[in-house]
Amino acid sequence: MGIFEQLLNAIPGSVSQGLIWGIMAIGVYITYRILDVADLTVDGSFATGGAVAVVLILNGCDLWLAMLLAFIAGLIAGAITGLLHTFMGIPPILAGILTQLSLYSINLKIMGKANQSVNVNQTDLLVSLRWVKELAFHNPLITVGIVLAVLIAVLYWFFGTEMGCAIRATGANLNMSRAQGINTSLNKVLGIMLSNGLVAFSGAFLAQYQGFADVKMGQGAIVIGLAAVIIGEALFGRLFKNFALRLLAVAFGSVIYYIVIQAVITMGLDANLLKLLSAAIVAVFLAIPHWKRQYGARHIRRPKGGK
Amino acid sequence: MLDIIGVEKTFNPGTINEKKALNGINLHLDEGDFVTVIGGNGAGKSTMLNMIAGVYPVDCGSIIVDGTDVTRLPEYKRAKYLGRVFQDPMTGTAADMQIEENLALAARRGKRRTLFPGITAKERKEYKELLKILDLGLEERLTAKVGLLSGGQRQALTLLMATLKKPKVLLLDEHTAALDPKTARKVLDITEEIVEKNSLMTIMITHNMADAIRVGNRLIMMHEGRIVVDVKGEEKKKLTIEQLLQMFEKSSGDKFTSDKVMLSK
Repeated sequence: MGIFEQLLNAIPGSVSQGLIWGIMAIGVYITYRILDVADLTVDGSFATGGAVAVVLILNGCDLWLAMLLAFIAGLIAGAITGLLHTFMGIPPILAGILTQLSLYSINLKIMGKANQSVNVNQTDLLVSLRWVKELAFHNPLITVGIVLAVLIAVLYWFFGTEMGCAIRATGANLNMSRAQGINTSLNKVLGIMLSNGLVAFSGAFLAQYQGFADVKMGQGAIVIGLAAVIIGEALFGRLFKNFALRLLAVAFGSVIYYIVIQAVITMGLDANLLKLLSAAIVAVFLAIPHWKRQYGARHIRRPKGGK
Repeated sequence: MLDIIGVEKTFNPGTINEKKALNGINLHLDEGDFVTVIGGNGAGKSTMLNMIAGVYPVDCGSIIVDGTDVTRLPEYKRAKYLGRVFQDPMTGTAADMQIEENLALAARRGKRRTLFPGITAKERKEYKELLKILDLGLEERLTAKVGLLSGGQRQALTLLMATLKKPKVLLLDEHTAALDPKTARKVLDITEEIVEKNSLMTIMITHNMADAIRVGNRLIMMHEGRIVVDVKGEEKKKLTIEQLLQMFEKSSGDKFTSDKVMLSK
C-alpha cells in the first residue's frame, strides 16, 4: 500500500479524534481567548472526565448520564482552580498547575489504578474506534459531529445571554466590568468551570473511543487545545467572524491538527518526537503576533522615500 | 445625597514608601450638585474618587450614598449607585466587544445578570437614538468593535454608558485629559449636556482651571489629602484664576504647584 493510500485509510480515525479533541479545544478557547487566562487545569480534568465516564460505564451507568457526570466532574475541577485564583489570590497559571497535580491523585483514586479499560465487545459505548468506517449512526464521526454541533449552538446562545456577556466583559476589561457592576471574580470562576466541564466531557468521549481511560491521557492536552485554537484562527480567522463560526473554526483546527499528525506519522516520523513537534509548532504560532508587532514597528520608523 | 465623613487613606503604611493620600476628607453633596475638583500632583483627587467607587478600602471614615452606607461594599456592588468615566479612554469600555454590547452591559448595571438575552431588539433601537445625541456618527456603527473608535469617541461612549442607568453620583476622573483640546472640549460639552438633562450629582476632576471655574456650581481644591478651598454658587461664578490661586495659597500656606494645571491655564 502506498503512503497516500495508507493516509487515506487513516483519515476517518484522525477526523474522529480531531472532533473529540475539538470539544476540548473549545474549552481551551473559552479560557484562553474569552477569559484571557491560560488555564493548565485541563491536563488533569481531561483525564478526570475519562476516568469518571469509564468507571461509571463499567458499573452499568446509563451512557449519557455518565457523560453528564463527567461534565460535572470537570465543572468541579474548574471551580477549584477558579477559587484558588480569585479567593486565594494565586496567579491563574499556578492555580491551574496545583489543581492539575491534585487531579492526578484523584484520577488514580477514581479508577483504583493507572489505567482502566472498557471493552466495546462486553459493554455498550457511545463511540469506538472500531466503528469509524461503518455507515451507521454510532460511527464516531456522526455521533461526535452531532454533539459538537449541539454544543456550539448552546454555547452561542449562552454567550449571548446577560450572564455570558458578563463573562466576556470580564475577559475583555476588568476595570470596566467592575464599574458596570459585574462581579469579576465570580465570572472568572464560572468561565473556568465551563471550560473544564467541556474538557472533561471530551475526555469522556476519548476514553470510550480508545477503549480505556489512563491517568496520563491528558498530558500535554493544553498544547493540543492551543494548537487547535491557533490553527483554526490562522486558517479561518478572516472568513469566520460570527461567534458560532469561530467555535467551529476551533473544532476544524483540531481536526486539521490530527490529520497533519497522521500524515507526518505515515511519512515515517518517529512517533516519540510528536510532542516535541506539537510544542514547537504552538510556540512558533504564539510568537507570530509578537513578531508582527515588532516588524511593524521597525517598518514605521523607516518610511520609504524619506529624506 | 453623598456624604464623605472623615475618610483617611494611607498607602504602603509602615514602609519607606508610606504616603498619606487622604487626610480626613469631609464632603457633603446635595441633589443636583456639580462639583469640579482641582489640585496638584498627589493631592488626593483620584484617590478620593477611587474611595467613593470602592477601588480599595478606606482606613477609616465612611461613605454614604443616598442614605446607604457603602463603605464596606465591594466595587462591583457600589456600581449600582455610581457612573464612572476614567482618565484613560481604554479603561471605560471593552475594546473586543461591539458598541451595542458595551451599552447593553451598562444598561444592566446593578441588576442580576440572568440567562435572558444580553441585548434585545428594542434596546438596539433605543441605543441608536441615544448615540445620535453624541453627534459622532456612532449610531450607524452599532455593531462595530469599540477598539476601532478614537479616544474621544470612546470617552463619549463611556459617558453614555455611565449615565445610561441614571446613577446617584457621576464620577469623572480627568476624563478629558488624554484628549486633544478640540475633542476634550466636545466631550466636556456632551458631559454638561447629559448632566444637566438628567440633573445628575457629579464630581469632576480636571486640571484645567478655566473649566473648573466655568463648569458646575461648586469648586473644591485639594492639597496633601485635604480639601483646602470650597467655593459655591454666586461666589464661584465670579471667581477668577488669580483669586483661586490666592485662596489656595492662603488656606494651604503653600504655593500652588502643578505643571499640568499651570500649563493649561
